[in-house]
Amino acid sequence: MLEISNLKVKVEDKEILKGVDLTINEGEVLALMGPNGSGKSSFASTIIGNPKYEVSDGKISFKGEDLLKMTPDERANIGIYMAFQYPVAVPGVTVREMLLTALRAKNKEIVVSALDLKKTVEMEAEKLHLDQELLGRSLNDGFSGGEKKKMEILQMRVLKPKLLILDEIDSGLDIDALATIARNVAEMVKKSKMSVLVITHYQRVLNYLTPDKVAVMKDGLIVEQGGSEIVERLEKSGYQTND
Amino acid sequence: MRYAKKPIKPEVNIDESYKLGRRDDIEYSYKGERGLDEKTIRNISSMKNEPEWMLEKRLAAYKVYLSKPIPTWGGDMTPIHFEDIYYYLKPAVTEKKSWEDVPASVKETFEKIGVPQAEREMLAGVKGQYDSEVVYGSLKKTLAQKGVLFLSMDEALKQYPEIVKKYFGTIVPVGDNKLAALNTAVWSGGSFVYVPANVSVGLPLQAYFRINSERAGQFERTLIIAEEGANVHYIEGCSAPSFSSASLHAAVVEVIVKKKAKVQYTTVQNWYKNIYNLVTKRAWVEEKGEMRWVDGNLGSALTMKYPSCILAGEGAKGEMLSIAWAGKDQHQDTGAKMIHLAPNTTSQIISKSISKNGGRATYRGMVRINKGAHGARSKVVCDALILDEFSRSDTYPVNKIFEEDVILEHEAVVSRVSEEQLLYLMSRGLPEHEAEAMVVNGFLEPVMREVPMEYAVEMNRLVNLEMEGSVG
Repeated sequence: MLEISNLKVKVEDKEILKGVDLTINEGEVLALMGPNGSGKSSFASTIIGNPKYEVSDGKISFKGEDLLKMTPDERANIGIYMAFQYPVAVPGVTVREMLLTALRAKNKEIVVSALDLKKTVEMEAEKLHLDQELLGRSLNDGFSGGEKKKMEILQMRVLKPKLLILDEIDSGLDIDALATIARNVAEMVKKSKMSVLVITHYQRVLNYLTPDKVAVMKDGLIVEQGGSEIVERLEKSGYQTND
Repeated sequence: MRYAKKPIKPEVNIDESYKLGRRDDIEYSYKGERGLDEKTIRNISSMKNEPEWMLEKRLAAYKVYLSKPIPTWGGDMTPIHFEDIYYYLKPAVTEKKSWEDVPASVKETFEKIGVPQAEREMLAGVKGQYDSEVVYGSLKKTLAQKGVLFLSMDEALKQYPEIVKKYFGTIVPVGDNKLAALNTAVWSGGSFVYVPANVSVGLPLQAYFRINSERAGQFERTLIIAEEGANVHYIEGCSAPSFSSASLHAAVVEVIVKKKAKVQYTTVQNWYKNIYNLVTKRAWVEEKGEMRWVDGNLGSALTMKYPSCILAGEGAKGEMLSIAWAGKDQHQDTGAKMIHLAPNTTSQIISKSISKNGGRATYRGMVRINKGAHGARSKVVCDALILDEFSRSDTYPVNKIFEEDVILEHEAVVSRVSEEQLLYLMSRGLPEHEAEAMVVNGFLEPVMREVPMEYAVEMNRLVNLEMEGSVG
């Protein structure tokens, strides 16, 4: 589904990714772990097309299409979605308005009813134990860390992507919220064979969202790949075992 | 942030896209000489059969107009050729009482600017200004029974000279400023609204203004009086056809808000981009009265407008909510003035401006709290959004505080649409121009929600049209 080969990325002439190879299959949960500053989040930003990250070499293909030729909205509209680590506030815009515009941009033929969307959003908010009052407020404006993360998952549930990237989803979340989010993600994996790239520094999130594969990134390179046994080892001895 | 694959759209040709920008053929029964002298003023006054005192006011104002220099502290007024302007135009049709009597060509224009027959029932009263005369006006019987007066200033002067004489020029005096003096000298048309004590006008009173003749100066004069405990919302919306030479619009609006009365005055200004819009608007607010200006400035070449509230009675409240859009070749120089004269008066100014394609938005405002205005509070928020590196925004706030126990808050934020916001919305599937429009509309939302639905929709549409036509 997502195939990455020899990916080299620069930010302001500094090389951040130095030749990354990685593959995620349909319906697969892949955990990308690594210490802070190893390039994990840069990797996620590159996949969604953040123009700050300049690709100097390599390929990213998604379902056979060359992602590097696409703008962020085009990437979104073929099924890529990232739950941001720090979702930005959009004053004066509610999540409903944003999703309605996004759905209409994605599918120009199908008429998206604002009323149906309102119901869907309310239902998803309930499943996520997200305060309904937030749905009528400016998106992410003054939300707590947990509320922001839940709102990211809510949008994902409505937009139904084929690949979900969770960028440090567990930062600032309590156990209950993390479990709720993981349950909602796992349901999508099961129901629609969504693939998930879980980017995390800690193993905690992986207790709730079991990965099929684990990859470890260090200094802009994938240094290890395997199964969940890697998570256990990292938990015991930390990243220094890879030094 | 620029995306390589972003489709480059050609600039929208404004002459084609501006759907109201067509000139209608209207007969004028009187079209005076270009330029202004005492004779022209005497002509205007005698043609209108005005009382002597009004002619005297006009002539006195003309002297003040001549004595004052053209203001240079604001926008560039040098393209205005005052000597080339027609100061009075009288359409061949005179004011009509019912829709059936209105000539077809005029009706067509009203259809074009969106005063359809079907809406008339909804509107408490519709007055459209066609150049210098009001050619059509209607007022619901129920309002008339309550004693509400809503008619053109010209008619008001004929029918209710004593009320006009009592209030005319009391809030904006003859010598206030050059443009207000010019208006006083040559005013024609405008609305007169009188709401008796404790009468609440449920639906907004609407007036559509339009400039139709090339180089026609429009100098309408509006006077609103809300007696004790009265409540009224007046709306003016503007559109003008596309003519090449600069046209001048210099209106004066005076509002009197008596004890515990409430007045809202909403303006949607969408003059064509060759119009110079230099307006003086001021309200006098008595004890526990409330005045609220809602002002949307989207069109014109240059707008200079600073609606004011003189908070004269204890507990009086003044509010200003404004948005300004400065696009290519536009300068929106707008703001507000809040003058606190009495204790426990409160005021709030929320000003939002957007500049794009080389446009310039200026906030110019003043809060003055006089000695004796104990416990006065004022809050000023002026936010500017600059959409590209060619555009400009300036903020000139002035605070004059002469009392100790007062609270003044001031926030000013100049921002650009952040790259993070664009990326975030694009990563949800919104194309770049839609993402940008969404941030802009969100920025304007705090003001838009205070504007009646139909106007908010129209303003949103205009903003989106401006956004679409841009390359960014």
